[in-house]
Amino acid sequence: MAAKKLNIKDKYRLLTRDLDWDFSYEDRSKAFPFEEFEGIKITDWSKWEDPFRLTMDTYWKYQAEKERKLYAIFDAFAQNNGQLNISDPRYVNALKIFLTGVSPLEYQAFQGFAHTGRQFGGVGARVACQMQAIDELRHVQTQVHAMSHYNKFFDGLQDWSHMHDRVWYLSVPKSFFNDARAAGPFEFMVAIGFSFEYVLTNLLFVPFMSGAAYNGDMATVTFGFSAQSDEARHMTLGLEVIKFLLEQHEDNVPIVQKWIDKWFWRGTRLLTIVSMMMDYMLPNKVMSWKEAWEVYFEEAGGALFKDLARYGIRMPKYAETIEKEKEHVSHQAWWTFYTHGHAAGFHTWIPSDEELDWLSEKYPDTFDKYYRPRWELAKEMEAKGERFYTKALPQLCTICQIPMLFTEMDDPTQISYRDSIYKGDRYHFCSDGCHDIFEDEPEKYVQSWLPVHQIFQGNCGGPDVEDVLRDYYQMNVGVDNMDMKGSPDEERWKKWKGVA
Amino acid sequence: MSKVYIALQDNDESRYIVEAIEADNPDVTVLHMPAMIRIEAEGFLAVKRETVEEKIGRDWDVQELHVNLITLGGNVDEDDDQLTLTWNE
Amino acid sequence: MTIEIKTATLEPVRNTFANVERRFGDKPATRYQEATYDLQSETNFHYRPLWQPELELNDTRRTAIVMSDWYAFKDPRQFYYGTYVQQRAKMQEVAESNYSFFEKRDLARHIPEAIRAQVVRYLVPLRHLEHTANLNNMYGTAYGYGTAITQALVYNGMDRLGMAQYLSRIGLILDGNSGDALVEAKQQWLEADIWQGLRALCEETLVTEDWFEVMLAQNLVIDALTTDLVYNQFDQQLSEQGAQDIGMLIEFMQLWNKDAIRWMDAVLKTAVSESDANKALLAQWIEKWRGKAAEALAPLAEAMLGENALAAALEQLDKRVAKAGIK
Repeated sequence: MAAKKLNIKDKYRLLTRDLDWDFSYEDRSKAFPFEEFEGIKITDWSKWEDPFRLTMDTYWKYQAEKERKLYAIFDAFAQNNGQLNISDPRYVNALKIFLTGVSPLEYQAFQGFAHTGRQFGGVGARVACQMQAIDELRHVQTQVHAMSHYNKFFDGLQDWSHMHDRVWYLSVPKSFFNDARAAGPFEFMVAIGFSFEYVLTNLLFVPFMSGAAYNGDMATVTFGFSAQSDEARHMTLGLEVIKFLLEQHEDNVPIVQKWIDKWFWRGTRLLTIVSMMMDYMLPNKVMSWKEAWEVYFEEAGGALFKDLARYGIRMPKYAETIEKEKEHVSHQAWWTFYTHGHAAGFHTWIPSDEELDWLSEKYPDTFDKYYRPRWELAKEMEAKGERFYTKALPQLCTICQIPMLFTEMDDPTQISYRDSIYKGDRYHFCSDGCHDIFEDEPEKYVQSWLPVHQIFQGNCGGPDVEDVLRDYYQMNVGVDNMDMKGSPDEERWKKWKGVA
Repeated sequence: MSKVYIALQDNDESRYIVEAIEADNPDVTVLHMPAMIRIEAEGFLAVKRETVEEKIGRDWDVQELHVNLITLGGNVDEDDDQLTLTWNE
Repeated sequence: MTIEIKTATLEPVRNTFANVERRFGDKPATRYQEATYDLQSETNFHYRPLWQPELELNDTRRTAIVMSDWYAFKDPRQFYYGTYVQQRAKMQEVAESNYSFFEKRDLARHIPEAIRAQVVRYLVPLRHLEHTANLNNMYGTAYGYGTAITQALVYNGMDRLGMAQYLSRIGLILDGNSGDALVEAKQQWLEADIWQGLRALCEETLVTEDWFEVMLAQNLVIDALTTDLVYNQFDQQLSEQGAQDIGMLIEFMQLWNKDAIRWMDAVLKTAVSESDANKALLAQWIEKWRGKAAEALAPLAEAMLGENALAAALEQLDKRVAKAGIK
């Protein structure tokens, strides 16, 4: 009997899709208990389309090939002291944000996709989530390994997971993922699988990684692009999930739209920190944040939403505000970190004159008008030996947990400020977007672990900020924080390079 | 019409894949950026196994594309012979 | 321009990350250590999960086992993602060449109908058991505590999916890619009396809440018994009947089991030696699931191999349990 040739679709279906069965001895809804409480209606899991049909043997084969290549480069990087080839030691501060702020999110993604990979009742969707879970574990581990060598030569990377659980600005990314994981499994998929993976992670992993390459950081660009090769699968999973939910039942459409509105706003806020990494922390520039935003959010996201219009899905709410903000957020964020540089786990600095000119050129409508004058003033103060640090602890938005640094878009000199009273307490927000998210689920967000509140309540040691930094954050005060100028990082770099 | 796109790591294998994409999709735009190659097209783009095999001179599995892939945009359809990206409008 | 760098100035300021240094001292660490210890968030969670509001997102209370340090579950294989996939890639390369050889030479042709029927009846339905094991290991991955054990669980979970797929391929090899053998095997799984005990047991593990208990029931008790029955005793019986070629197709599972046993035994030993309370609980769980599994597998074992087969498998399990410090 000659075996008939199976194409990849049939083969995958036969190998994988029929593994599950209808229960006879237990209540199946007890094995998959979280499928219904969000109000999403799934009528037929078998309608799930597998976007990529990777069987495990193929997965092991190609992933091992990627890993072999990646670790060969890590070894070469360490053996040849690759850190000496970076453009400028200031660049490493972006890596400190990456390891303390982003890598732990990869870990949370691993946990979140393990959860959906166990909970979805359909085997096709489940297996795709499981594969993403193990990929996400790969990402956090390869990032730790890529940074391992930098950690031996630069400060501020050493206690990344301890910091992630405590440091004030790191509650921004941490709470974002906590929020998604605390939600039901379908909201998690719309939040992370779709909104975050399909549109927003590109902004971090594509232009920023290209920037890493341009700044001589072979280890980072290699893990970045190698991770991103899994991301193409993840993006496609995110899009399939959305299409599946929308096709399953018309009642799902408004629920999905609400989640899209929420998570695009949440994600946009989270990316503020990436905007500053792109515009201020890459000494050799690839493209401005605004340009990256136009390519990866407006163009790619725009195409996506046009495609989804046939299901009755529209662009995320606040898209107009988001469009205006691309001119401002990186400048507002870097200024905030510069003025709070004593309380950050990385170094800050005033952009060089050349860099200020580049920003003026890239942001002709806003930079000279609103932001350059601040830096000119900061330069004057620094020249007089009065490097400016603010004394006050910032007020945080209850939702995104970013300090109140964003301005109204029709008046960029006016801080945007919203509030709401819930059960007698007042809660503060940076924007209409964050305000509306609170209003929809106040019981969830009154739980927010707001770092500044926690410091004031004495839950992070103290009494002074310096005590909190040293004892609670476990930072090396005077080494990890403060200005790049005069830092041990800078001293060492000069010694390596033989510069006085 | 919206643009679909695919980005590949800038390495030797990718060069053959890019050549194949250019051969099969005459209207694509190829952008060389630090460490990556981005290829865009209006509405549709296909990576065909046969053409890649012809360029690279050996058997090539469509799923091998993942080893060098950085990102993509568009609805994906992958089978034994090709990977396509499309937007429905 | 090249600048000469004095090696003395390139002394590292530290050898490893601070968390690894706190555990193992200030010395260069292994990749396993840096990629494992303290990766998971420990405190200051922002919101209680809507799907389980009585617990935190990461919470030790999802099992009754108590550990002072959940990172005590060091994997003796020291698998992190990179070493894991490279190890499995090697195994799949061998498996692939076995399967290809089998298909190319059409070795299925030489298998007598009676043997073919045995394989479809006894071996191929195990793809559903592997699928259960996939879910049970993902359960521990999602709700377990500490990267040391959760990463080993996700590797195990994906391995089980891989083996479910290999078992499916065996079906396809036997039915000339029509899928008939898979349908037949599923029918066995759903309806044949000999399988109903195991199927009910699988369903029961899937609704059991304590993740450590689920891990133990699946990866220790059920696996130990089915592995010995199928990949050891049944394999031997097939060989004796002249169908040793089937052995090529299950070599992956046999190799894999050695690897998994090494890990699972280490986990059990660590949990037992932590405290008497753990030891008592583990002993109780093992007794409970051993009893259920023995009962569930009895008709299958007898039909497949004869009446002494299950006793032999139970003996193997009991030896491992005793070795871990549970009498």
